[in-house]
Amino acid sequence: MKLTAEETRVAVDTTRDILSGPNDSRGNLIPVLQQVQKKLGYVPPVAMQEVAAHFNIPAVDVYGVITFYNQFRLTPPGKNQIKICMGTACHMRGANIIQEAWERRLKIKVGETTEDREFSLERVACVGCCTMAPVVVNNEEVNGKITPTRVDGLLFSYELDKKNAAAEGGEDNGQ
Amino acid sequence: MGNQITFTVDGKIINAAEGEMLLWTALDNDIYIPHLCGERNEKERPASCRLCFVEVDGRPAPMPACTLPVSEGLVVKTRSERVDALVAAGFELLMSNHRLDCKNCPANGNCELQRIAKARKLRLKPKNLPVLDKGLPVDDSAPGILYDPNKCVLCGRCIRACRHSGNGVLGFTRRGFERIVATFGDLPLGDSGCQGCGDCAEACPIGALAKKA
Repeated sequence: MKLTAEETRVAVDTTRDILSGPNDSRGNLIPVLQQVQKKLGYVPPVAMQEVAAHFNIPAVDVYGVITFYNQFRLTPPGKNQIKICMGTACHMRGANIIQEAWERRLKIKVGETTEDREFSLERVACVGCCTMAPVVVNNEEVNGKITPTRVDGLLFSYELDKKNAAAEGGEDNGQ
Repeated sequence: MGNQITFTVDGKIINAAEGEMLLWTALDNDIYIPHLCGERNEKERPASCRLCFVEVDGRPAPMPACTLPVSEGLVVKTRSERVDALVAAGFELLMSNHRLDCKNCPANGNCELQRIAKARKLRLKPKNLPVLDKGLPVDDSAPGILYDPNKCVLCGRCIRACRHSGNGVLGFTRRGFERIVATFGDLPLGDSGCQGCGDCAEACPIGALAKKA
Protein backbone atom coordinates (compact mmCIF):
# COMPACT_ATOMS: atom_id res chain seq x y z
CA MET A 1 0.00 0.00 0.00
CA LYS A 2 1.50 3.29 -1.14
CA LEU A 3 0.98 6.34 1.06
CA THR A 4 0.66 9.78 -0.48
CA ALA A 5 3.26 12.43 0.35
CA GLU A 6 0.61 14.24 2.36
CA GLU A 7 -0.16 11.14 4.43
CA THR A 8 3.52 10.57 5.09
CA ARG A 9 3.97 14.16 6.21
CA VAL A 10 0.95 13.99 8.54
CA ALA A 11 2.18 10.68 9.95
CA VAL A 12 5.66 12.03 10.67
CA ASP A 13 4.35 15.26 12.22
CA THR A 14 1.79 13.47 14.37
CA THR A 15 4.34 10.95 15.58
CA ARG A 16 6.92 13.62 16.42
CA ASP A 17 4.24 15.52 18.27
CA ILE A 18 3.35 12.45 20.35
CA LEU A 19 7.02 11.65 20.97
CA SER A 20 7.73 15.09 22.40
CA GLY A 21 6.11 13.99 25.67
CA PRO A 22 7.37 10.65 26.96
CA ASN A 23 11.02 9.76 27.65
CA ASP A 24 12.83 6.89 25.97
CA SER A 25 12.13 4.23 28.60
CA ARG A 26 11.00 1.04 26.89
CA GLY A 27 7.77 0.98 28.92
CA ASN A 28 6.50 3.96 26.94
CA LEU A 29 6.76 2.17 23.61
CA ILE A 30 3.31 0.61 23.47
CA PRO A 31 1.44 3.66 24.88
CA VAL A 32 3.15 5.79 22.21
CA LEU A 33 2.20 3.37 19.45
CA GLN A 34 -1.37 3.30 20.76
CA GLN A 35 -1.54 7.08 20.58
CA VAL A 36 -0.19 7.05 17.02
CA GLN A 37 -2.80 4.49 16.07
CA LYS A 38 -5.54 6.51 17.78
CA LYS A 39 -4.58 9.72 15.98
CA LEU A 40 -3.86 8.26 12.53
CA GLY A 41 -6.03 5.15 12.58
CA TYR A 42 -3.00 3.06 11.68
CA VAL A 43 0.76 2.92 12.19
CA PRO A 44 2.67 3.47 8.94
CA PRO A 45 6.35 2.48 8.50
CA VAL A 46 7.57 6.10 8.73
CA ALA A 47 5.91 6.43 12.14
CA MET A 48 7.55 3.20 13.31
CA GLN A 49 10.94 4.48 12.21
CA GLU A 50 10.41 7.74 14.10
CA VAL A 51 9.39 5.80 17.21
CA ALA A 52 12.37 3.44 16.91
CA ALA A 53 14.78 6.38 16.67
CA HIS A 54 13.22 7.96 19.75
CA PHE A 55 13.53 4.79 21.83
CA ASN A 56 16.97 3.96 20.46
CA ILE A 57 15.95 0.48 19.36
CA PRO A 58 16.13 -1.23 15.95
CA ALA A 59 13.10 -0.42 13.79
CA VAL A 60 12.42 -4.13 13.46
CA ASP A 61 11.66 -4.29 17.20
CA VAL A 62 8.86 -1.77 16.77
CA TYR A 63 7.64 -3.71 13.77
CA GLY A 64 7.71 -6.85 15.92
CA VAL A 65 5.46 -5.21 18.53
CA ILE A 66 3.07 -3.88 15.88
CA THR A 67 2.72 -7.27 14.21
CA PHE A 68 2.40 -9.05 17.57
CA TYR A 69 -0.71 -7.21 18.74
CA ASN A 70 -3.95 -7.39 16.81
CA GLN A 71 -4.98 -3.92 17.91
CA PHE A 72 -2.44 -2.29 15.59
CA ARG A 73 -3.10 -1.71 11.89
CA LEU A 74 -0.36 -1.34 9.33
CA THR A 75 -2.57 0.10 6.60
CA PRO A 76 -5.03 3.00 6.71
CA PRO A 77 -8.61 1.83 7.36
CA GLY A 78 -10.86 1.80 4.29
CA LYS A 79 -14.11 3.71 3.89
CA ASN A 80 -15.88 0.40 4.43
CA GLN A 81 -14.32 -1.59 7.22
CA ILE A 82 -15.33 -5.18 6.65
CA LYS A 83 -15.04 -7.21 9.85
CA ILE A 84 -15.40 -10.95 9.53
CA CYS A 85 -16.48 -12.62 12.75
CA MET A 86 -14.20 -15.48 13.72
CA GLY A 87 -16.03 -16.43 16.91
CA THR A 88 -16.69 -20.09 17.63
CA ALA A 89 -20.14 -20.19 16.03
CA CYS A 90 -19.09 -18.28 12.92
CA HIS A 91 -15.93 -20.35 12.68
CA MET A 92 -17.98 -23.56 12.75
CA ARG A 93 -20.29 -22.15 10.09
CA GLY A 94 -17.41 -21.53 7.72
CA ALA A 95 -16.14 -18.05 8.47
CA ASN A 96 -12.84 -18.92 6.83
CA ILE A 97 -14.69 -19.59 3.58
CA ILE A 98 -16.29 -16.14 3.89
CA GLN A 99 -12.88 -14.65 4.57
CA GLU A 100 -11.54 -16.28 1.41
CA ALA A 101 -14.50 -14.96 -0.57
CA TRP A 102 -13.78 -11.38 0.56
CA GLU A 103 -10.07 -11.77 -0.06
CA ARG A 104 -10.72 -13.07 -3.57
CA ARG A 105 -13.28 -10.37 -4.43
CA LEU A 106 -11.32 -7.44 -3.02
CA LYS A 107 -7.96 -8.87 -4.06
CA ILE A 108 -6.46 -8.09 -0.65
CA LYS A 109 -5.53 -10.16 2.40
CA VAL A 110 -6.88 -9.77 5.92
CA GLY A 111 -5.41 -6.66 7.54
CA GLU A 112 -4.99 -4.87 4.23
CA THR A 113 -6.81 -2.06 2.45
CA THR A 114 -7.76 -1.89 -1.23
CA GLU A 115 -5.73 0.45 -3.41
CA ASP A 116 -8.73 2.83 -3.80
CA ARG A 117 -9.17 2.96 0.02
CA GLU A 118 -12.77 1.80 -0.30
CA PHE A 119 -12.47 -1.46 1.65
CA SER A 120 -10.37 -2.82 4.46
CA LEU A 121 -10.63 -6.36 5.74
CA GLU A 122 -10.29 -7.56 9.31
CA ARG A 123 -10.94 -10.60 11.45
CA VAL A 124 -12.68 -9.99 14.76
CA ALA A 125 -13.70 -12.16 17.68
CA CYS A 126 -17.36 -12.79 18.50
CA VAL A 127 -19.63 -9.84 17.67
CA GLY A 128 -22.47 -11.30 19.75
CA CYS A 129 -25.08 -12.50 17.30
CA CYS A 130 -24.13 -16.15 16.98
CA THR A 131 -27.59 -17.26 15.76
CA MET A 132 -26.87 -15.37 12.55
CA ALA A 133 -23.51 -17.08 11.96
CA PRO A 134 -21.46 -16.55 9.91
CA VAL A 135 -21.53 -12.81 10.48
CA VAL A 136 -19.85 -9.93 8.68
CA VAL A 137 -19.94 -6.38 10.01
CA ASN A 138 -19.56 -3.56 7.51
CA ASN A 139 -18.74 -0.44 9.55
CA GLU A 140 -21.68 -0.66 12.01
CA GLU A 141 -24.04 -2.69 9.85
CA VAL A 142 -24.40 -6.34 10.83
CA ASN A 143 -24.95 -8.89 8.06
CA GLY A 144 -25.88 -12.42 9.10
CA LYS A 145 -25.97 -15.82 7.38
CA ILE A 146 -23.28 -14.80 4.92
CA THR A 147 -22.40 -17.01 1.96
CA PRO A 148 -19.87 -16.32 -0.80
CA THR A 149 -22.82 -15.32 -3.02
CA ARG A 150 -23.97 -12.86 -0.36
CA VAL A 151 -20.48 -11.38 -0.41
CA ASP A 152 -20.96 -10.66 -4.11
CA GLY A 153 -24.43 -9.28 -3.31
CA LEU A 154 -23.09 -6.94 -0.62
CA LEU A 155 -20.40 -5.65 -2.96
CA PHE A 156 -22.97 -5.19 -5.73
CA SER A 157 -25.38 -3.27 -3.50
CA TYR A 158 -22.46 -1.13 -2.35
CA GLU A 159 -21.63 -0.35 -5.99
CA LEU A 160 -25.28 0.55 -6.62
CA ASP A 161 -25.40 2.84 -3.57
CA LYS A 162 -22.27 4.53 -4.76
CA LYS A 163 -23.68 5.02 -8.27
CA ASN A 164 -26.98 6.42 -6.90
CA ALA A 165 -25.15 8.77 -4.58
CA ALA A 166 -22.99 9.96 -7.47
CA ALA A 167 -26.09 10.46 -9.66
CA GLU A 168 -27.87 12.40 -6.92
CA GLY A 169 -24.79 14.46 -6.26
CA GLY A 170 -24.68 15.24 -9.99
CA GLU A 171 -28.33 16.38 -9.99
CA ASP A 172 -27.73 18.58 -6.98
CA ASN A 173 -24.89 20.25 -8.76
CA GLY A 174 -27.03 20.72 -11.85
CA GLN A 175 -29.70 22.69 -9.99
CA MET B 1 31.40 -15.31 41.64
CA GLY B 2 34.84 -16.57 40.84
CA ASN B 3 34.95 -19.02 43.76
CA GLN B 4 35.79 -22.53 42.64
CA ILE B 5 33.15 -24.99 43.70
CA THR B 6 32.44 -28.67 43.18
CA PHE B 7 29.20 -30.32 42.22
CA THR B 8 28.12 -33.50 40.48
CA VAL B 9 26.48 -34.09 37.14
CA ASP B 10 25.45 -37.67 36.39
CA GLY B 11 27.79 -38.86 39.18
CA LYS B 12 30.77 -37.04 37.69
CA ILE B 13 32.46 -34.53 40.00
CA ILE B 14 32.94 -31.17 38.32
CA ASN B 15 34.93 -28.12 39.37
CA ALA B 16 33.77 -24.77 38.08
CA ALA B 17 33.47 -21.12 38.95
CA GLU B 18 30.50 -20.41 41.16
CA GLY B 19 27.60 -18.75 39.39
CA GLU B 20 28.42 -20.06 35.95
CA MET B 21 25.45 -21.58 34.16
CA LEU B 22 25.17 -25.33 34.52
CA LEU B 23 24.73 -25.91 30.79
CA TRP B 24 28.18 -24.57 29.90
CA THR B 25 30.03 -26.26 32.75
CA ALA B 26 28.46 -29.57 31.75
CA LEU B 27 29.41 -29.10 28.10
CA ASP B 28 32.98 -28.20 29.14
CA ASN B 29 33.14 -31.54 30.92
CA ASP B 30 31.91 -33.56 27.95
CA ILE B 31 28.42 -34.02 29.27
CA TYR B 32 26.06 -33.22 26.42
CA ILE B 33 22.81 -31.43 27.18
CA PRO B 34 20.62 -30.53 24.18
CA HIS B 35 20.34 -26.79 23.67
CA LEU B 36 19.44 -24.33 20.89
CA CYS B 37 18.70 -20.85 22.17
CA GLY B 38 21.44 -20.33 24.75
CA GLU B 39 24.82 -18.74 24.15
CA ARG B 40 27.71 -18.76 26.56
CA ASN B 41 28.78 -15.14 26.61
CA GLU B 42 25.33 -13.68 26.28
CA LYS B 43 23.61 -11.80 29.08
CA GLU B 44 20.23 -12.43 27.57
CA ARG B 45 19.03 -15.97 28.31
CA PRO B 46 15.66 -16.53 26.71
CA ALA B 47 15.48 -20.18 27.83
CA SER B 48 12.93 -20.55 25.09
CA CYS B 49 13.94 -23.73 23.29
CA ARG B 50 12.92 -25.90 26.26
CA LEU B 51 15.48 -28.59 25.45
CA CYS B 52 18.17 -28.28 28.14
CA PHE B 53 16.08 -29.63 31.00
CA VAL B 54 17.90 -31.39 33.83
CA GLU B 55 16.82 -32.98 37.09
CA VAL B 56 18.20 -31.16 40.15
CA ASP B 57 18.19 -32.73 43.62
CA GLY B 58 15.85 -30.86 45.91
CA ARG B 59 13.87 -29.26 43.09
CA PRO B 60 10.35 -30.54 42.49
CA ALA B 61 10.48 -30.41 38.69
CA PRO B 62 13.11 -30.49 35.92
CA MET B 63 14.57 -27.11 35.10
CA PRO B 64 16.48 -25.58 32.18
CA ALA B 65 20.25 -25.85 32.62
CA CYS B 66 21.00 -22.64 30.74
CA THR B 67 19.56 -20.45 33.49
CA LEU B 68 20.72 -22.49 36.50
CA PRO B 69 23.80 -21.03 38.21
CA VAL B 70 25.98 -23.77 39.70
CA SER B 71 26.56 -23.82 43.43
CA GLU B 72 28.51 -25.94 45.93
CA GLY B 73 27.19 -29.47 46.35
CA LEU B 74 24.63 -29.31 43.54
CA VAL B 75 23.53 -32.76 42.40
CA VAL B 76 22.28 -32.90 38.83
CA LYS B 77 21.04 -35.68 36.58
CA THR B 78 20.84 -34.93 32.86
CA ARG B 79 18.48 -37.82 32.14
CA SER B 80 15.33 -39.01 33.86
CA GLU B 81 11.94 -40.14 32.72
CA ARG B 82 10.51 -36.65 33.21
CA VAL B 83 13.42 -34.90 31.48
CA ASP B 84 13.28 -37.26 28.53
CA ALA B 85 9.54 -36.75 28.17
CA LEU B 86 9.90 -32.96 28.23
CA VAL B 87 12.75 -32.93 25.75
CA ALA B 88 11.02 -35.42 23.44
CA ALA B 89 7.84 -33.33 23.45
CA GLY B 90 9.71 -30.07 22.91
CA PHE B 91 11.80 -31.54 20.14
CA GLU B 92 8.81 -33.04 18.39
CA LEU B 93 7.02 -29.69 18.47
CA LEU B 94 10.05 -27.97 16.98
CA MET B 95 10.34 -30.58 14.26
CA SER B 96 6.64 -30.35 13.42
CA ASN B 97 7.35 -26.90 12.05
CA HIS B 98 10.79 -27.40 10.53
CA ARG B 99 11.18 -28.13 6.85
CA LEU B 100 13.13 -31.38 6.76
CA ASP B 101 15.44 -31.39 3.79
CA CYS B 102 18.67 -32.65 5.29
CA LYS B 103 20.00 -33.96 1.99
CA ASN B 104 20.08 -30.49 0.41
CA CYS B 105 20.60 -28.53 3.62
CA PRO B 106 23.86 -26.60 4.03
CA ALA B 107 23.92 -27.52 7.72
CA ASN B 108 23.75 -31.26 7.04
CA GLY B 109 26.28 -32.96 9.30
CA ASN B 110 26.75 -29.87 11.42
CA CYS B 111 23.19 -29.39 12.57
CA GLU B 112 22.16 -28.99 16.18
CA LEU B 113 18.85 -30.72 15.50
CA GLN B 114 20.61 -33.75 14.06
CA ARG B 115 22.97 -33.75 17.05
CA ILE B 116 20.09 -33.64 19.54
CA ALA B 117 18.19 -36.37 17.70
CA LYS B 118 21.24 -38.59 17.75
CA ALA B 119 22.17 -37.91 21.39
CA ARG B 120 18.66 -38.50 22.70
CA LYS B 121 17.63 -41.12 20.17
CA LEU B 122 14.76 -38.99 18.89
CA ARG B 123 13.27 -39.00 15.43
CA LEU B 124 13.76 -36.01 13.18
CA LYS B 125 10.39 -36.64 11.60
CA PRO B 126 7.62 -36.20 14.19
CA LYS B 127 5.68 -39.36 14.92
CA ASN B 128 2.53 -37.98 16.53
CA LEU B 129 2.27 -34.52 15.04
CA PRO B 130 1.58 -33.45 11.46
CA VAL B 131 4.31 -31.37 9.83
CA LEU B 132 3.03 -27.87 9.22
CA ASP B 133 5.18 -26.23 6.58
CA LYS B 134 5.06 -22.42 6.64
CA GLY B 135 5.34 -22.35 2.84
CA LEU B 136 7.31 -19.09 2.83
CA PRO B 137 9.71 -18.16 0.04
CA VAL B 138 13.45 -18.65 0.52
CA ASP B 139 15.24 -15.30 0.64
CA ASP B 140 18.46 -15.19 -1.40
CA SER B 141 18.56 -11.42 -1.91
CA ALA B 142 21.40 -10.63 0.49
CA PRO B 143 24.99 -10.95 -0.62
CA GLY B 144 26.39 -14.21 0.68
CA ILE B 145 23.41 -15.16 2.87
CA LEU B 146 20.58 -17.58 2.22
CA TYR B 147 17.55 -17.44 4.53
CA ASP B 148 14.93 -20.19 4.60
CA PRO B 149 12.29 -19.16 7.17
CA ASN B 150 10.63 -22.56 6.81
CA LYS B 151 13.55 -24.16 8.63
CA CYS B 152 13.78 -21.61 11.43
CA VAL B 153 13.21 -22.87 14.99
CA LEU B 154 13.09 -19.34 16.49
CA CYS B 155 16.08 -19.70 18.78
CA GLY B 156 16.93 -16.02 18.28
CA ARG B 157 20.69 -16.47 17.93
CA CYS B 158 20.84 -14.74 14.54
CA ILE B 159 19.01 -11.72 15.97
CA ARG B 160 21.57 -11.32 18.74
CA ALA B 161 24.44 -11.85 16.30
CA CYS B 162 22.99 -9.23 13.96
CA ARG B 163 22.78 -6.73 16.80
CA HIS B 164 26.36 -7.37 17.87
CA SER B 165 28.15 -7.22 14.55
CA GLY B 166 25.60 -6.37 11.89
CA ASN B 167 23.16 -3.52 11.47
CA GLY B 168 20.47 -5.01 13.70
CA VAL B 169 18.08 -5.63 10.85
CA LEU B 170 16.74 -8.95 12.13
CA GLY B 171 14.02 -9.32 14.72
CA PHE B 172 11.08 -11.44 15.79
CA THR B 173 7.77 -10.45 14.21
CA ARG B 174 4.17 -11.66 14.42
CA ARG B 175 2.69 -14.04 16.94
CA GLY B 176 1.96 -17.68 17.56
CA PHE B 177 2.40 -20.06 14.66
CA GLU B 178 3.16 -17.13 12.37
CA ARG B 179 6.06 -15.92 14.49
CA ILE B 180 9.06 -15.49 12.29
CA VAL B 181 12.46 -13.85 12.16
CA ALA B 182 12.13 -11.01 9.66
CA THR B 183 13.29 -7.52 8.84
CA PHE B 184 11.49 -4.18 9.16
CA GLY B 185 8.41 -4.24 6.94
CA ASP B 186 9.27 -7.82 5.88
CA LEU B 187 11.72 -6.48 3.32
CA PRO B 188 13.96 -9.05 1.68
CA LEU B 189 17.34 -9.16 3.43
CA GLY B 190 19.02 -7.53 0.43
CA ASP B 191 16.89 -4.37 0.76
CA SER B 192 16.86 -4.23 4.55
CA GLY B 193 20.20 -2.59 5.21
CA CYS B 194 21.89 -5.94 5.81
CA GLN B 195 25.60 -5.52 5.23
CA GLY B 196 26.15 -9.21 4.53
CA CYS B 197 28.59 -9.86 7.36
CA GLY B 198 27.27 -13.41 7.62
CA ASP B 199 27.41 -13.58 11.41
CA CYS B 200 23.76 -14.63 11.51
CA ALA B 201 24.60 -17.63 9.31
CA GLU B 202 27.50 -18.35 11.64
CA ALA B 203 25.19 -18.20 14.66
CA CYS B 204 22.37 -20.29 13.19
CA PRO B 205 22.54 -23.73 14.86
CA ILE B 206 20.55 -25.28 12.01
CA GLY B 207 20.41 -24.45 8.32
CA ALA B 208 17.83 -21.67 8.26
CA LEU B 209 20.44 -18.99 7.70
CA ALA B 210 23.42 -20.17 5.72
CA LYS B 211 26.29 -18.78 3.77
CA LYS B 212 25.85 -19.05 0.04
CA ALA B 213 28.00 -21.74 -1.44
